[in-house]
Amino acid sequence: MKKIRYLIKKEFLQLIRDKKLLLPIFLAPILQLILLGYAVTFDVKNISFSVYDMDNSYSSRELISDFTSSGYFVMKSKMDNYDELEQNIQKNKVSMGLVIPVNFEKNIKTGKTIPLQLIVDGSDANTSTIGLAYAKGVISKFNQNLLKEKKLPLKVSKINAEFRSWYNPELKSKYFMIPGVLCLLLMLVTMILTSMVIVKEKEIGTMEQLIVTPIKPVQLIAGKLIPFIIIGFIDINLVLFVSYFWFGIPIKGSIILLFVLSGTFILTTLGLGLFISTISKTQQQAMMTAAFFFMLPFMYLSGFIFPIENMPKILQYITHLIPLKYFLIIIRGIFLKGNGFNLLWDEFIILLLFGIGIFTISVLRFRKRLE
Amino acid sequence: MEKVIEIRNLSKNFKDINAVNELDMEVFKDEMFCLVGPDGAGKTTLVRVLCGILKPDSGCFSIFGLDGRKDRNKIKRRIGYLSQKFSLYGDLTIDENISFFAKVHNVKEFKDEKDVLLEKMGIEKFGNRLAERLSGGMKKKLALACTLIHSPDILFLDEPTTGVDPVSRREFWEILADLKREGITILITTPYMDEAERCDRVAFMYNGSILSCDYPHIIKEKFDKRIMEVVCSPIREVYKYMETIEKIESIHIFGDRLHLVFDEVKISVQEIKEELIKRDFNIYNIRLISPSLENIFIMKMEKRTGE
Repeated sequence: MKKIRYLIKKEFLQLIRDKKLLLPIFLAPILQLILLGYAVTFDVKNISFSVYDMDNSYSSRELISDFTSSGYFVMKSKMDNYDELEQNIQKNKVSMGLVIPVNFEKNIKTGKTIPLQLIVDGSDANTSTIGLAYAKGVISKFNQNLLKEKKLPLKVSKINAEFRSWYNPELKSKYFMIPGVLCLLLMLVTMILTSMVIVKEKEIGTMEQLIVTPIKPVQLIAGKLIPFIIIGFIDINLVLFVSYFWFGIPIKGSIILLFVLSGTFILTTLGLGLFISTISKTQQQAMMTAAFFFMLPFMYLSGFIFPIENMPKILQYITHLIPLKYFLIIIRGIFLKGNGFNLLWDEFIILLLFGIGIFTISVLRFRKRLE
Repeated sequence: MEKVIEIRNLSKNFKDINAVNELDMEVFKDEMFCLVGPDGAGKTTLVRVLCGILKPDSGCFSIFGLDGRKDRNKIKRRIGYLSQKFSLYGDLTIDENISFFAKVHNVKEFKDEKDVLLEKMGIEKFGNRLAERLSGGMKKKLALACTLIHSPDILFLDEPTTGVDPVSRREFWEILADLKREGITILITTPYMDEAERCDRVAFMYNGSILSCDYPHIIKEKFDKRIMEVVCSPIREVYKYMETIEKIESIHIFGDRLHLVFDEVKISVQEIKEELIKRDFNIYNIRLISPSLENIFIMKMEKRTGE
């Protein structure tokens, strides 16, 4: 036990002096939070649009003002012909164009169906899809108002789908992203840094020196991993602190549960870090392997950025093998929905099995390498 | 004499390279034993096997009568190992490095010992300096201090003076001589023949085998060839010409002089002198010299390669 303590003490001494490592450990959490909290935003607001109003009537102006007053759209210009509208979109001046046909008002009064044209700039898929959805909302509201005003009886029964987003009512991406930052950081610290620090020992040759001492491999592993477990938890606190006090994101569920379940995830990442250290000869190699073969696929396939439901079937099956997927469900559940342990059982068990499996294999492999 | 290391039929292969090839060797108590050989001879591999870093493929060895495989952990407590490259924590200070190695070796009271060692190494003034800021020679001395903190009975030193300046090298050897006097058995590897001459017994290692192993003076006595040193110019021309004389067994160039190895039964000193004089070479000096370890080793290597 004492030897493990000396190893940990030595590890922290080295960490404090290693500026290259210290920076990612404590600055990265803050940087990541700010980047993902502010810059990486999928929220769509202030979609600029141009109007080509052929009718120029009270009703058409009403529709346009419905658009602008919704808060999602900003009218940039009124056009007198179709070509100008098209050019505006092409030159990226606006991202949407609305065309109101002649006899708009007249047809409303006679109760005919009126075709409206909405042109969106598909080159920005995110903005255009969300913009379209918002536009549909504005138009259906306009429809409803018409029906109310005219007190027209509804001849055809309509199914009126209304979407409501729970847990993150305004669909703010930062609510969605910040729990993800926590996962990223845990991977960075407990997987990438761990593997690098172990390989560093190999690289400078001290591993050989340690093998000749009476330290047992298990003690060596514990001495290497425990500092990073501690740092991992410090980082979790840092993220929780910043997300609460800076971004004002409340943690709806239990923080203790969050810590305990993070522990299961750390088991996996430490195991992977240890594994990477056994297949790498240099720190650089360890970092590259960890980043490109583990961290990036994890991010892409876990639902961290891209929704799993939108992936092709084969990829969807592969996502079952990504431990991060389960941890994301857990952490978003606790963070945003306030889920308790009773709802996170399945994910916990799977994550635990992953953790135990990966960790055991890695420790065995590491020990074999030493002997 | 008491044997502290006994190696029998030891082999270690890396893929298709026999780094150590069915090797037998013994090291006696309190001696300074030198493994000398060119790069790639297998010296480092042998030392690493003895220290328990590598597993041998076949054969066996014992240290203090303890089995090299089964009693690895018992052996570890009694040996010190200094690897070829500087392998200490550059980002820890000298004091921290020594303290760390003392603690992992379960040495409780090491403060006094540490001071003694630092003074012996002549680095007592730099206790608070980071190890990476030391000069090459001082790094080696620090590494040596770290391997001595748990008072080992045997010291394995793998090319400790490679890349060290001549002054530090001499100091290092003086420290080793002191350690030997204190009763530590030392096994050292080196590619330098002059260092080998300073040891008690020398083993020539080549291609994973030991070509000969004995006290330097006995190796020299056993050598039945004569060596003639010729200072001459143009040295390349002389070399080429002497090569054509089959009775001369081996010719080596050392800067401005040639060493001719020959058997007196086959060709006499006088005959060689005549050969040299009858050509138009500038001969400045001709004399017979006593063979150095280097001459003998090169001869043996050539013989082995020729076979």
